[in-house]
Amino acid sequence: MKLWDVFKKGLIAENPIFVLALSLCPALATTSTALNGLTMGFCVMFVITCNNTVVSLIKNVVNPKVRVPVYITCIATIVTVVELVLQALAPLLYKQLGIYLALVVVFAIILARAEVFASKNPVVPSFLDGLGMGCGFTLALLVIGIIRELFGSGTIFGLHVMWASYNPIMIMILPPGAFILIGYLVAVVKVYNQHVEQVKMAKLEKANGGEA
Amino acid sequence: MGTYLTLFISAVVINNYVLTRFLGLCIFFGVSKNLNASVGMGMAVTSVITLSSMLAWVVYHFVLIPFNLTFLRTVVFVLLIASFVQLLETIIKKQAPALYNMWGIYLLLIATNCIVLAVPIVNADSNFNFLESVVNSIGSGLGFAMAIVLMASLREKLRLADVPKPLEGLGVAFILAGMLALSFLGFSGMISL
Repeated sequence: MKLWDVFKKGLIAENPIFVLALSLCPALATTSTALNGLTMGFCVMFVITCNNTVVSLIKNVVNPKVRVPVYITCIATIVTVVELVLQALAPLLYKQLGIYLALVVVFAIILARAEVFASKNPVVPSFLDGLGMGCGFTLALLVIGIIRELFGSGTIFGLHVMWASYNPIMIMILPPGAFILIGYLVAVVKVYNQHVEQVKMAKLEKANGGEA
Repeated sequence: MGTYLTLFISAVVINNYVLTRFLGLCIFFGVSKNLNASVGMGMAVTSVITLSSMLAWVVYHFVLIPFNLTFLRTVVFVLLIASFVQLLETIIKKQAPALYNMWGIYLLLIATNCIVLAVPIVNADSNFNFLESVVNSIGSGLGFAMAIVLMASLREKLRLADVPKPLEGLGVAFILAGMLALSFLGFSGMISL
């Protein structure tokens, strides 16, 4: 039950992009199509899960004074591996993600999870925390990617879904569209989380009232 | 001379790193609440980018290429920049305490930031020579500074506006950045490289 909570909080309640607003560059830069967003999401999920596991394993060996450089080296190594693998298996995708793939190294969310969670917890929860955060991240990128691709070019994953006379809204696949869309999505998630919180509070009050 | 000017203008407005390439957004949204802090941050970022990409250029061309280690670029650049910023902080703290009081806090924030890492990578990817990469770095830094100062001025005005409740804070900041990006689109096509 507890482990499930560790995993779950990354999805919506502490979604890295919509709520924590960390690592926004990829959310905007690589989501002009759903496929790019999904690939980026998976890469980040892999890196953050591996890194959380490794950091959790070595936490007792590393001197706290040098922990940040150690974490960064660790992240950079994993990212290099991902880069080389993607370059070999999917050169076209690698080219489209371009510079942003290398920039996964400096995504605040990865270092933040290592520092806040993995360096203080055992391996299994750290792994799940990374996986949860990675899933939340992928989910966010996929949603943004689908919306932008749908309105910006009338397709989803390259398949035409809009009617034939649909005139694509170009701005959605251009940078300004990304900013504006994320602004509204942040607002939606905020309202949803507030709603969940209110329901929880109401339940708690009811339970307390029942006891009294 | 012409090429350098084109490169500079392109880095500042046309390919503005914040508004068209989405780099450095964390500090862009984090610091732009306050105009004074934004000016300091812009200056700090410009100088760190310029110095660290000079350093990265030297290491890339004299160490990584001759030894065929270019695939280690990401690891090397990240460590290089992080340690360089740390060094810079120590030196400034010792030599210029007044400057440190103004900029010190920003230095650590930008040690591991996407825009600072991105510029050396772009320089390496585009095979710029030393002077070209310096010009590109200064241009990108100034582009960032301009964007963050504009944004901070807009957000200070926004404090008086009546914003719908769910959009308050981050939401409206994003939409504002979208409007800013929209106006920067006007520059595209001004120069083709």
